[in-house]
Amino acid sequence: MIDFRLPSLGADMDAGTLLEWKIKPGDTVKRGDIIAIVDTAKAAVEVEIWQDGTVFELLAEPGTRLAVGELMANLLEPGEQPGAQPGAQPSSAARPASRVPPTTPVPPAADGAVKPGAPPVSTGMQAPGPRKAASPAARRRARECQVDIEQLTGTGPHGAVTIDDVERAAARAKSTREIGKEAGDRQLAMRQAIASAMARSKREIPHYYLFETISMRRAVDWLAEENARRPITTRLLLSALQLRAVALALRQFPDLNGFWQDGAFVPAAGIHIGVAIALRQGGLIAPALRDADKKGLDELMQALADLVKRTRAGSLKSSEMSDPSVTVTNLGDQGVEAVFGVIYPPQVALIGFGRVVERPWAEQGALRAAPVVTASLAADHRASDGHRGARFLAALRELLQKPEDL
Amino acid sequence: MTEQALRELVMSILKSIAPEVEEGELVAGKALRDQVDLDSMDWLNFLVAIHERSAVDIPESDYARLATLDDIVTYLVRKTR
Repeated sequence: MIDFRLPSLGADMDAGTLLEWKIKPGDTVKRGDIIAIVDTAKAAVEVEIWQDGTVFELLAEPGTRLAVGELMANLLEPGEQPGAQPGAQPSSAARPASRVPPTTPVPPAADGAVKPGAPPVSTGMQAPGPRKAASPAARRRARECQVDIEQLTGTGPHGAVTIDDVERAAARAKSTREIGKEAGDRQLAMRQAIASAMARSKREIPHYYLFETISMRRAVDWLAEENARRPITTRLLLSALQLRAVALALRQFPDLNGFWQDGAFVPAAGIHIGVAIALRQGGLIAPALRDADKKGLDELMQALADLVKRTRAGSLKSSEMSDPSVTVTNLGDQGVEAVFGVIYPPQVALIGFGRVVERPWAEQGALRAAPVVTASLAADHRASDGHRGARFLAALRELLQKPEDL
Repeated sequence: MTEQALRELVMSILKSIAPEVEEGELVAGKALRDQVDLDSMDWLNFLVAIHERSAVDIPESDYARLATLDDIVTYLVRKTR
């Protein structure tokens, strides 16, 4: 029997509301199939399954709020015979301790839509016990956020409640209140999610910053020539070229592509570049362009266009939300020359591009005007040092000098 | 297509990409990308949609001539004539 649990939806999302099932008991599913839609503060996420199997039992009702890691369904492995009747095994036994408290399940509305007004709950509750160990700062933050500190599970030393625990609980309670409400409230929930992730980043990650001004003469000329040959429907953007260069450079620097977890760096299995995409109504999402280094320039351009379109439409896949291993932000369209980013935890690096501008450029003793771009690296000093970061930017610069090889 | 029809086409495509745009608030002679928040992906999608619905080919070397709403309409009028 396969336990299917709600997968991670990114570091700043620890719960979602089940909107609908795309499967029913008896259905055969293949790895990568969309099996459910789960709503979060950022998007309606299409949840993919990562194993083949046959659906045995659905364990969550649409309208229910689920914590990441919570059991959603049981599936039979290919060839497996059902050994028990549905419901024979008490499914609650398999539920993780972080289960959202029983007040949460919202009775689905008759039409299956999510009912607004789910009671605001602080998740991760435990039975009230002796006074919790917590720092004065955490207690103060709890009062500000109206979070009951006694109800929290501490992740600090000896189970002490940390500021992080408080803010996560506050964000959860906040997003619970927001789910199912107006779009304006959704924005508020997104703001809260961004606030929580970025505050954690600046509190925990010792950032170092490097930048390099890179001549884009060859890249710009090559792109103009290439696009002149192409119909408008297959033209390339400079940002696709830059993403391709970043993906190839990261192959040589696996220590910038991964996660800081439990006090150590864990390299990522693939180069899944989180692309920061601004939303028209405000806020941003950085979903993953998966296996970016394995996609050729054309494929990467198509994948980027598709990702931007689906992000703006609010329809992303769980794999895109859960596992970006590094982030690229491009603020060139907004007209700034450089951006020094805030790393999205638990990632360890963020690469930023500014606008391509014409500047006097000296090369081989001659001075002429050249289009240049400022590429920056914000990296986690726990995971890498400036020396490595500098070599990464140099590799990126060299790759952008040979656009025809990208 | 008449100039008016082309203008309406361009506006409807623009609104599909940037729904917050109100035609009355656009200054027709001022650069579009200074008035509407269009990044390079939006801009490409905008031009692709114009190409698909007017059958006008827009080489990249012409992008610079398409700054304002008036520029775009004039360009399309000339190309569809």
